[in-house]
Amino acid sequence: MAHGPQPGFKRWLYTTNHKDIGTMYLWFSFAMFFLGGIMALVIRAELFQPGLQIVEPEFFNQMTTMHGLIMVFGAVMPAFVGLANWMVPMMIGAPDMALPRMNNWSFWILPFAFAMLVSTLFMEGGAPNFGWTFYAPLSTEYAPPSVTFFIFAVHIMGASSIMGAINIVATILNMRAPGMTLMKMPLFVWTWLITAYLLIAVMPVLAGVVTMMLMDIHFGTSFFSAAGGGDPVLFQHVFWFFGHPEVYIMILPAFGIVSAIIPTFARKPLFGYSSMVYATSSIAFLSFIVWAHHMFTVGMPIAGELFFMYATMLIAVPTGVKVFNWVTTMFRGSMTFETPMLFSIAFVILFTIGGFSGLMLAIAPADFQYHDTYFVVAHFHYVLVPGAIFSITAGVYYWLPKWTGNMYNETMGKVHFWLSFIGLNVTFFPMHFVGLAGMPRRIPDYALQFADFNLIASCGAFLFGASQLVFLFNILRTINGGKKATAEVWEDADGLEWTVPSPAPYHTFATPPVVK
Amino acid sequence: MASESSYYVPEQSRLPIFATVGLGLTAYGAANWVNGNSSYLFMLGSIVLAGVLWAWFGQVIKENMAGLNSDQLKKSYVWGMGWFIFSEVMFFAAFFGALFYIRTFALPWLGGEGDKGSTNMLWQGFEATWPLMTTPDAAVNGDAAKIAGPNAIIDPWHLPLINTILLLASSVTVHFAHVFLKKDNRKAFNWWLFATIALGVAFLFFQVEEYLEAYQELGLTLESGIYGTTFFMLTGFHGAHVTLGTIMLLVMWCRSVFAGHFKKDDHFGFEAASWYWHFVDVVWVGLFIFVYVLGS
Amino acid sequence: MLSGIKRVFALLTTFVLAGPAAADEVERWGVNMTKGVTTVSSDIYDLHMLIFWICVGIGVLVFGVMFYSMWAHRKSRGAKAANFHESTALEFAWTIVPTIILVLMAIPATATLYDIYDTEEAELDIMITGYQWKWKYDYIGEDVKFFSNLSTPRAQYELDGSDVEGRMANPHYLLEVDEPVVIPVNKKVRFLITANDVIHAWWVPELAVKKDAIPGFVNEAWTKVSEPGIYRGQCAELCGKDHGFMPVVVKAVSEADYAAWIEERRMAAVKLRELTEKTFGFDELFAQGESVYNTACAACHQANGQGVPGAFPAIAGSKVATGPLDSHLSMVVDGSATNPAMQAFGGQLSEVDLAAVITFQRNAFGNNMGDTVQPIDILNFKKKQ
Ligand code: HEA
Ligand code: HEA
Ligand code: HEC
Ligand code: CUA
Ligand SMILES: [Cu+2]
Repeated sequence: MAHGPQPGFKRWLYTTNHKDIGTMYLWFSFAMFFLGGIMALVIRAELFQPGLQIVEPEFFNQMTTMHGLIMVFGAVMPAFVGLANWMVPMMIGAPDMALPRMNNWSFWILPFAFAMLVSTLFMEGGAPNFGWTFYAPLSTEYAPPSVTFFIFAVHIMGASSIMGAINIVATILNMRAPGMTLMKMPLFVWTWLITAYLLIAVMPVLAGVVTMMLMDIHFGTSFFSAAGGGDPVLFQHVFWFFGHPEVYIMILPAFGIVSAIIPTFARKPLFGYSSMVYATSSIAFLSFIVWAHHMFTVGMPIAGELFFMYATMLIAVPTGVKVFNWVTTMFRGSMTFETPMLFSIAFVILFTIGGFSGLMLAIAPADFQYHDTYFVVAHFHYVLVPGAIFSITAGVYYWLPKWTGNMYNETMGKVHFWLSFIGLNVTFFPMHFVGLAGMPRRIPDYALQFADFNLIASCGAFLFGASQLVFLFNILRTINGGKKATAEVWEDADGLEWTVPSPAPYHTFATPPVVK
Repeated sequence: MASESSYYVPEQSRLPIFATVGLGLTAYGAANWVNGNSSYLFMLGSIVLAGVLWAWFGQVIKENMAGLNSDQLKKSYVWGMGWFIFSEVMFFAAFFGALFYIRTFALPWLGGEGDKGSTNMLWQGFEATWPLMTTPDAAVNGDAAKIAGPNAIIDPWHLPLINTILLLASSVTVHFAHVFLKKDNRKAFNWWLFATIALGVAFLFFQVEEYLEAYQELGLTLESGIYGTTFFMLTGFHGAHVTLGTIMLLVMWCRSVFAGHFKKDDHFGFEAASWYWHFVDVVWVGLFIFVYVLGS
Repeated sequence: MLSGIKRVFALLTTFVLAGPAAADEVERWGVNMTKGVTTVSSDIYDLHMLIFWICVGIGVLVFGVMFYSMWAHRKSRGAKAANFHESTALEFAWTIVPTIILVLMAIPATATLYDIYDTEEAELDIMITGYQWKWKYDYIGEDVKFFSNLSTPRAQYELDGSDVEGRMANPHYLLEVDEPVVIPVNKKVRFLITANDVIHAWWVPELAVKKDAIPGFVNEAWTKVSEPGIYRGQCAELCGKDHGFMPVVVKAVSEADYAAWIEERRMAAVKLRELTEKTFGFDELFAQGESVYNTACAACHQANGQGVPGAFPAIAGSKVATGPLDSHLSMVVDGSATNPAMQAFGGQLSEVDLAAVITFQRNAFGNNMGDTVQPIDILNFKKKQ
């Protein structure tokens, strides 16, 4: 048990080590981020000016769909699972994940699923072209034949997430070091525990809805067809019952990361730890009863409309508690602004802006004007890019010295931050304007009055994309050398992960530490 | 919470990557197959997957018998199985939810009631009933309809009632098996477990009988509108789970009878299978009430 | 594109230099939601601005405290960290205050929603059906119905289109149709919205009406416009390839003009029916067929008849278009039996248009069947069924 990794590629194929698996998850997700990003650049290039310039509408729709799917299921979710794999056992003083072999399996089926998904681009009739929300009947009766491969790819991704989540739950509940009571766990562990529950609860529902599609397409059932007594809107209810908790799956671990970083660089304990835990749980609970806010225009009865509006608005309260706690943590601290902190501060500001636009969307009557416009696109990119992506980036900078034993290049990190920060706002802020002015989403060409802001947004996208190359370069350099990191890495950082040497040994905590 | 210092972390293992290949082939092959191509890849994948899982479970059993599994590690398996079953519950919930939505909202709207009653102008002559014997399509297009309703439906008080009794009984027998195992009465354990499996097989037999009747005599098929859709999807997935559960119990029985596995205080493999069985049973009770009784 | 970049700079400089002038620029650039032309649309606008300013207020407060700490409590300035990390009073306050704010927002939102949902007592009903990729309007009880297609010339928007100048000079690029839906002002008009194939959404920002068109179900919405004018919108639910190319144009006119328009449409329908009896020459049919083809068929089968491989078959050399007439008629009139994307055009196009487009397909793109199809043939084919 005590020995290190085997040499060669077999190490990665056969490994049961949480650090190896975490590393693989992180690289996979980075690759998917680039792939999804390139698709976003195709979208932005086409939208650079009015008229169709480079792609046919059919292909544009495939790009939109694949971009959404790859970013959500390929980039953000695996990145968080990767961070959980690396950090959760170290944070709770466990020797590894609870079920190490299954851990390997959860990872390796992902590249298979995505290979299958991406291969649809080369199939007759093209890749899925019905949006990442794949509403029936566009995705059933009117879909290209590749939809079947899409369905099975989603099944595998679901299986991967469920196994990953079960593993995390078992690890956290069963493998904490003596003295590590639940209310002493770092918030990253807490947020992941709750996220894992969300995953276990909703991924099977996603599997259910794609199964219904499969049956409607190939076996003559009538789930989504009024002629047989079904209803296309049923699809949306089942999908969003999964889909809404899904967006919190992409943000709760982010809350955890930021709650680890801000106290470190403010040199002050996190304000309101227990209320953070309660707030996270409330968000998770509420996330199950708000799904139809994506469906305000489908013609729900007014009682439903009101219920989902009120419930959605309520989410602002626990989320607000979190924002206020972070700000108060900074208040009267002693702050420095290393790269992880810069990304975290940008997270707090820009995520809050995205939350505000979310709250506006939650007002049902106003959503009649916002729905399916670029205002929605602006909203969710503000919560996803400076939300999920920035938190992951912050986490990578924060823990990279622990993983590699080397410090990253701080100047390059700051350059990365500022280019990303500017690029992102230039890309996504104008989308609020074109959305309010009436530009629908998922269109390859648009009326002339939207031209200027689209041009700006496209420029920003290329800037933002290019700045990620700086990130990649910085990571590669850090892996290969650089200033040696101490065990503690950051002055005054709190947590068990900072008690082991950098780089963290292949096996940590074979004998559990005692937590006071 | 951690107490012992030795949590067994397995060495490198080839199992997962082979299982990945198996699952990948199965999924890709299945998609290929339902798209109208050959089923070879699917078959190959399933065989690989089944073989790997066999080896995998074998490995876990071996480790347990070698005494590698601490109490703490065993708890990980317990949590794992528990939350796996919960995820299955959610899978069924999606289909029960669909049934509920159709009956409470969609059909009444199609039939002209409630908030979206003006929908009926598209389906004049259609009335919302459950079971849905005449689909909207059939109400409008008569014999030319592509999706017609069933001619009759399954009577809950015959086969389904028998099946309910069989499954409920099997939950009891599996419980007795457990009790005797804990008392270290191997013989009684084997018999009670055997009885459970027999009840499961009998259930499956009647289920097949019922499906044959539905298809051949009642015109009740997957394609007969939303009633057939929900009926077969719910009972079908349940039936698949019973099949899986029966196989699991059968494996446990073989392990006990032929290999002498399980101790009175160490038999999680069996316990997991029996939890699964209870879960399948509870789903059936839901089906019996919501699909059969309240659906006729 | 250069002009675009110039305008970007113009905007940036106005924002920076001229405070009050910026307000006009904002107006001109369209950065905000329209106030629209109905009571509902202006209620929604007010609601939107209310929430917006509340969010701005909270934002200023929260970010204010944050920026202040970042400036005042930074280590380089010698700040020493305090150690407080709990305050029940604070936590309580910032749970309660936002809740109260939310309740205050919910009240006007609820009132507006009730208003939007009140479709009772409408004076006119129009059934709107979404098709891939056009809208059908059916004036219930008036015997007036027609399709409304995008009328921007293909050369202006297609990938290999050549008319870039036309595009840049077209003020209603992609927002113009051959037949707008006409409604009278000052009357409550109810829309009954549905779809024929996939889900679409009928949206006109200035009326603040956006409702999904669900195949097999009917949704209701209403509007009452006070100003005559032309109001433009777009389909707002992804509905396939040409989702971006199915605009909505509403023309609100005075009551008298509306009555006259209805009368005119009725007469036109009668005339069209008479034409069914007439025998046309080949050239006449072919020419009309070409124009019908371009509005109704080219979206899928492409203007050059080559189709989209894997999705939509080519007409050029097609087995159906160069085969027996009956199967061609049946394909177009009844649609495809296997692929719902090929709709039944029998109820969408007039007999004359059907005859013309079929004649065209059998003789264009190198298909040399040499036959002519007359409207009466279509009528007979329909009667046979
Ligand atoms: C990480 C992902 C993420 C997160 C965290 C959120 C958070 C929220 N979202 Fe968002 N959302 C998406 C991802 C996300 N969303 C995506 C991907 C879509 C589009 C899907 C698609 O159609 O493709 C979407 C779409 C979407 C819609 C549907 C729009 C439409 O299609 O018409 C709505 C409507 O209600 C909505 C609302 C909200 C709300 C109320 C929150 C809240 O959680 C936000 C709460 C936060 C705050 C409010 C800020 C902080 C709070 C304070 C400082 C306290 C005080 C504040 C007040 C009292 C105002 N979202
Ligand atoms: C976490 C999720 C996530 C992330 C990170 C992103 C990131 C980005 N997204 Fe996306 N997006 C979604 C989730 C996400 N998106 C979803 C769910 C949808 C809805 C889909 C649907 O409607 O169905 C959507 C839709 C969407 C649209 C609307 C499409 C439409 O409606 O038709 C647009 C348009 O601009 C867009 C743009 C971008 C851009 C520019 C980025 C950028 O942040 C990407 C930056 C990354 C890179 C560019 C790659 C890295 C760099 C390189 C490979 C180097 C080479 C590059 C250069 C030299 C420039 N996204
Ligand atoms: C929304 C897309 C769409 C539109 C619009 C459309 N078609 Fe089609 N068409 C199809 C599809 C898809 C098929 C293939 C049907 C099949 O495989 O059964 C098809 C097939 C055909 C065929 C048979 C071609 C062959 O060789 O199989 C003909 C003829 C035809 N269409 C004529 C028309 C005419 C005439 C119009 C306009 C009045 C039209 N189509 C408009 C999608 C469309
Ligand atoms: Cu019709 Cu989009
Ligand atoms: Cu949501």
